[in-house]
This record gives sequence, C-alpha cells and structure tokens, in this order.
Amino acid sequence: MQKTVSFVLVWFALVLLLAATVTASFMLKGPAGLAVSLGIAFGKSGLIYWHYMHLNEEEGLQRIAALGAGAWLLILFAFVCADYLTR
Amino acid sequence: MTALQEWPDQADRHDRGLSETETERQSYLRAGYSLGSWFFTRDHKRIAILYLFAITAFFMIGGAAAALMRLDLLTPAGDLLTNEGYNRAFTIHGVIMVWFFLIPSIPNTFGNFLVPLMIGARDLAFPRLNLLSWYIFVLAGGFTLFVLIAGGVDTGWTFYTPLSSMFSHGNVVLAAVAVFIAGFSSILTGLNFIVTVHKLRCPGMTWDRLPLFVWAIYATSLILVLATPVLSITLVLIAAERLFGLGIFDPKLGGDPLLYQHLFWFYSHPAVYIMVLPALGVVSELVAAAARKPVFGYKFVAGSSIAIAVIGFFVWGHHMFVAGQSMYASAVFSFLSLAVAVPSGIKVYNWAATLYKGHISLDPPFLYGMTFIGLFVVGGLTGLMLAMLAVDVHVHDTYFVVAHFHYIMVGGTVSAFFGALHYWWPKIVGRTYPLVWGRLAAIFIFLGFNLTFFPQFLLGYLGMPRRYHVYAPEFQMLHVLSSAGASLLGLAYLMPLVYLTWSMRYGAPAGDNPWGATGLEWTTPSPPPKHNFDEIPVVDRPPYDYEIEMEGEDG
Amino acid sequence: MVETRPVAEPYRDARQQRDAAMLGMYVFLGSEIMLFGGLFAVAAVMRLLHPAEVVEASKALHVWIGAINTAVLLTSSLFVALAVDCAKRGRRRGTGAWLFSAASLGAVFLAIKVYEYSLEHAEGLLPGLGAPLKISTPVQRAFMDLYLVATGLHALHLLIGILLLLVIAIRAVSGRLLLPERVIVPVAAGLYWHLVDVIWVFLYPVLYLAR
Repeated sequence: MQKTVSFVLVWFALVLLLAATVTASFMLKGPAGLAVSLGIAFGKSGLIYWHYMHLNEEEGLQRIAALGAGAWLLILFAFVCADYLTR
Repeated sequence: MTALQEWPDQADRHDRGLSETETERQSYLRAGYSLGSWFFTRDHKRIAILYLFAITAFFMIGGAAAALMRLDLLTPAGDLLTNEGYNRAFTIHGVIMVWFFLIPSIPNTFGNFLVPLMIGARDLAFPRLNLLSWYIFVLAGGFTLFVLIAGGVDTGWTFYTPLSSMFSHGNVVLAAVAVFIAGFSSILTGLNFIVTVHKLRCPGMTWDRLPLFVWAIYATSLILVLATPVLSITLVLIAAERLFGLGIFDPKLGGDPLLYQHLFWFYSHPAVYIMVLPALGVVSELVAAAARKPVFGYKFVAGSSIAIAVIGFFVWGHHMFVAGQSMYASAVFSFLSLAVAVPSGIKVYNWAATLYKGHISLDPPFLYGMTFIGLFVVGGLTGLMLAMLAVDVHVHDTYFVVAHFHYIMVGGTVSAFFGALHYWWPKIVGRTYPLVWGRLAAIFIFLGFNLTFFPQFLLGYLGMPRRYHVYAPEFQMLHVLSSAGASLLGLAYLMPLVYLTWSMRYGAPAGDNPWGATGLEWTTPSPPPKHNFDEIPVVDRPPYDYEIEMEGEDG
Repeated sequence: MVETRPVAEPYRDARQQRDAAMLGMYVFLGSEIMLFGGLFAVAAVMRLLHPAEVVEASKALHVWIGAINTAVLLTSSLFVALAVDCAKRGRRRGTGAWLFSAASLGAVFLAIKVYEYSLEHAEGLLPGLGAPLKISTPVQRAFMDLYLVATGLHALHLLIGILLLLVIAIRAVSGRLLLPERVIVPVAAGLYWHLVDVIWVFLYPVLYLAR
C-alpha cells in the first residue's frame, strides 16, 4: 500500500508541475522562461526516474547508466551552441 | 611468442591432413552440423564466425570499389569512370568500409569470440540479442548492396548537405536507410558488451585483472551506445529533408547546412575511435604475448582506452575548420584534438616500455603488431598536424587527409585485425598455419601499404584534392606509385585467405596454448567446447602474469 | 527486488541475471535519449538562430491540447508503476488491468494527437498533403517540420509501447507470463514506457512553450 500511495503522490506532484510550467509560459519570456520550463521538465523527469523507474532502489551502476546519456547530450548541446553563439 | 620448435613442423607430417581431432569433435565447431545450428545459434563463438564471413565479403566489395578508383587514377584524365561514376565509387567504398567492415571488424568477430572467454563466462549477457545484431547487420548489408546495384550514391560516405538533401541524383534515402539499420546492430552489440563486462566476470576477475583487449572493447561499447543514435537521427533528418523539404539544413527556410555537419561528426568522430580502440586493445595483447612480459603501465593503458572514448566526443569540430564554424569554437576543438592524442601516445610508449628487455618475436602476429605501431604513429602524428588550424586550412580536403586516415584505418586497424586473426586463429579453429606464409603476407602488406599511401601524403601536401579523378599531370607519378602499391596490397590481403583455409584441414593441431601466452582464453581447448569452461574459473593472479626473464642474463 | 526465474545460461544465479537485465535496459534507454537528443539539439539551434520566429511558431501550436496530452501520459505512467507493483506481488489480473489501462491512455494520447494534427492541417500549418499553407515565415515552416518529425517519432515509440503493454497484459492475465518469477518483463517494459513519457515531458515545453 505504501508503494501505491507514494506513486499517487508522485503523480500529484507531476500534475502540479505541469500546471506550473503552463502558467509560467504565460508569464515568463526569453531565457528566463526557457530556464524555468526546462528546469521543471528536469524536475518532472527526475521524479519519474527516481520513483516510477525505481532508481531509488537501484545500485550506483544502474543510476549512472540511467543518467549518463543525459550528461553526454550536454556535450552536444554545449559545443554546438558555442559554435552558433560565437560566429 | 613460443619458440618455433614447439609448433609441429608442417613438412614432417607423414599423414597429410588430419580431418578431425578429438578436441575438434567436442568443440563448438561440431556442436550441431545443420544450417539451423549455425543460423539459429546463440553461441558467441559461432556468431563471431558468422560475422567473420560477412565482413570478409564486405571487405572484398569495398576493396573492389577502391580498385576501380585506383585504376581510374592511373591517368590524369577521368577516362575509366564518369564524374558521377567516380563519385559513386568513392561513396560506396567509404560506406562499406566504414560501416560494414571497420566498425564491426574487431568487436564483432574477436570481441564476440574472446570477451566471454577472457572474463571466464559462458557467453555474452544477451546471447539471442547477439544473434539479432548479426541478422540486422546482414539486413543492412543487403540494403546497401541493393543501393549499389540501383546505381549507388554520389555524396561521399559523409552525406553532406545540401548535396545530399537537395541536389543529388543518387539513392540517398535508400543509403540512409541502410546505414540506419546497421546502426541498430552497433547499438545492440555495444549494449551486450557493456552488460557482459559489468556483470559476467568470473570470481576474482576484478577490473584491474581484465585483459587490455576487454578494456578496449568496453570503451568501444560506450561509444557505440552513446554516439550511434545521433547518427540514426541525423540520417532520419537527411531523409526527411530530402523527401519532404524539412528545412533545418536549408538556409532558405532559416536552417543551416553546417548543422548537419555538427550532428554527423558528433557521431562520426567517435566512430573512428570505435574503429581504432579495439585495434589498440589487440596490439596490447600481441605485444604482451610477444615480449612475454606484463604490459608496462597496465593501469595507464587501461585508463587511456576510457580517456580516448571520452575525449573523442569533444573533438568533432576539427572536421569543420574551413566549413564556416566559428573561429573560437574551432580553436577549442583544435586544442581538444591535440589532447586526444595524449592517451594514444601513452599506449605507444607503454608498448615500447613493455618490449624493453622483452623477447622480440618475428612470428606473424607480432609482425602485424609492429606494423600497427609504426603505421599508427605516422597516422597519429599526421593527425596532430591536421588538428592544427593553420595547417588544416591548407590540407583540408586534400589527399593529405586521405593518407592520414588510411594510415590509421588500414595501416592501423586492418593490420591489427590481421594480427588478431593470426594470433587467435589456432584457438578459433584448433589448427596452426605455416608461419612462413604468415610472415610473407605481413611483409607484403607492410610494403604494399606504404607504397599505396605514403605518396598520398605528398600528393595532398602538393595540393591534390580528394574525391577528384581528374587532376593536374604533374601528380601522375605519385598516383601511379599509389596504384601499384594498391595492387600489391590487394594481393597480400588475399594470401591469408589461402593458407588459413588450408590450415583448417592440413594444419597441425594447435593444442591449448600454442603461443605460451597468459589469459583465460588460452586455458581452454583449441577449439573451445560450446560451453567454454567445464567449471567457471576463479582468478587470483594479475593479468599478463609472465615470469620476467631478462634477455641475455640467463646462464 | 524479486529475482527472476528461470536462470538461463550464461548466468550463475538469479540475482546476476536480473541485474544484467536491468543494466541492459537502462543502457538501451540511454541510446534512446541520445536519439531524441539530436532532435532537441536541432530545436536549440533553431531557437538560437531565429528566436522571434520560433516563438511565434510555438505560439501557433495548441498549448492546451498539449497540456492535456501531457497529463494523459503522466497518468499512464502512474498506471504502469501500479502494474509493476502488482506484478511483483504475483497479482496477474491486477497487472493486466493496470497495463491495459495504461495502454488505453496511450491510445487516447495518439487519438488526441491525430485530432491535433487535423486541426493544424485545417489551420494551414501542416506542410505536406497539398493543403494551402498559411505559414507566415519560412522559419515557421522549418519549425513545423521539426514539430512533425519530433512528435511523429515520439508517436511511433508510443505505439510500440502500447503494443508491448498489451501483449504483456494478455500474457499476464492468461498465465503464460509467470508472475512474480518473470517480473523483469513488465519491469523492463515499464522502463521503456516511462522513458517515452520523459521524452514527451521535454518535447512539450520545447515545442509548445517557447516564449
């Protein structure tokens, strides 16, 4: 039962964050808006990964495997954007 | 390597040709005779052999394309192939050699065969996935052959926009689909190896006891899993741009052709490390076995494989120095490209230190190992030259670049592939081959290779552009030398096909450990039984646990 | 965590087999992240090059339909988590029911998506299909194309997920899938489903909420 309760609580949190991100899009613009919407997306993903994909029960190796690709993507983003920003 | 006297002399045999030894009868080769037992196998050793057949076939097709090119380049005029035909020739040469030979060559043959044996496991983590990888590979290869028959593609293996997305008349979408399918095979292979190395090591096989070949395969697998999907999505985008006018690579719609190059090279630069890291791992094994000494600086060599895999993701912009990339980004990429050479250098120095006061062997595997080291150093140093912005501006898109990467890919990876073949052949088939022929082939390969590709450095430096088959007459002499070398090289590559096949019937039985080398694979019979080990081994010794004998100091 | 049986070669024990399966699944999901990552990189570049046009194009999308779809997927993820919980306890029918519900929500997502595409087609925003285009700038054309490729690829992954969940649901209820011995099967499928959800969690703000 505990598990079920925690899953439903996570769901509530996710829906709240969804509401937050939609609301924020009406209020914030530009880089701030982007930062907030991406930040909320990371937050929602974190909740899904930690609870639904039960990273909270897994050992370190699985956690690194789960999150490594995300970190790797940052290399692509960082250097590509660096090119376009400095042309 | 073991002294010659421990290998039965071929000439003395009275009963010519042993059809089957007892070990062979109980080995994986005889565990099932039907076609089904091969095509539905889950045995990593059989899958390795399936791959061996496939990549050999592709090597010949890619080589045929190269032969056409070198023939055409004998004369300054474009008189053998049309312009379009020449474009299609170098494209099919690149596509097949990169994706259907080099990338799978060592990981999918020797990696598949050896990794479970080396770590004391009975198979890879996901045996059926392994077989699926092979089927996907063959399907992709079939698609590629279909593309070839349908007339091919003219964009080069790099599929640059806007030629590929807007103007090319070739079968770009089909070719993109073929490579896309091949990508799945790569990703699944990498996934399999990563999980295998993490989870299936036998008791006592800690990370610091792993053979360096396994470290290399592991690092390669990281790249396979992380880089290949980016290629997949890039190919999807190219197809969408070509079929539907997507617009992201089209300046008229606000896109940027250079964005394609960013996405493509984000995969393709790490891809060249997919091609070379396994070869570096093979050479570590060959050097240790030849010298009969532990590899000097084991931890540094192991770590350098990981370092190459990681840093290799940060350097892709060096392919785009003159394409319009920002000067500041180019400078950063240039610096990082110099940095990525450091771990490779660490390996070379450590091999040299391993050989210090070690045995020097002239057996075929070690000849290939030395070939690798020499040619890889030349390729690597010229890579450093290309990494420098000021030099690259002059030699980009010339034969200098072509020579550089062929020194690494052919002088390096293909030599290591042949070295691995000659080293582990006795384990794979249970028979030895005539060493004399092995040495001859190695020497001819070395000579043929240098005759083919060294002139290309000169050509490039003098200004001969790549992908051209019409050129200024003053370049002809160098081109003729190169084509002559290519003929020798082609013949030399065919030689092992003859004597290795001969050895399967007429070679002397190999015994468990014909080279007297360390490593769990040499503790099994040759060829190994289907289940590899009767009992899973327990490891309590460091890797390369040779007794160190000082050369010339024994009485 | 429940171990998985039967233990097949080359594994020595159930724990090792289960750990390998989990690691393999996470590595595979990593490759999926890299796949979609390329699309996100393209989106980032478009936004860098043409911020104003990208914002205009994003505003033309239906924010509320996207929000509803997001909620649908989030709920489906909850159902999948509950299904896996049932599976660990060996409750076959519960597992089947939750999986079927999750798959249904996935189908609802796809239905809403199709409806949304039809709206955009009517508004002249969707390139292709010979409709008259009311696109204001060329960049909006490129943006809508990217939107199509991204949501299309996501929808394809979702469809695969729906089929996967349905097959497992049927096998669970019929008893052909032994639970909790083979719990790794719904666990792995669940991981895939959650990843498809996570990808949408990022697609939504990037495509719909650029301001």
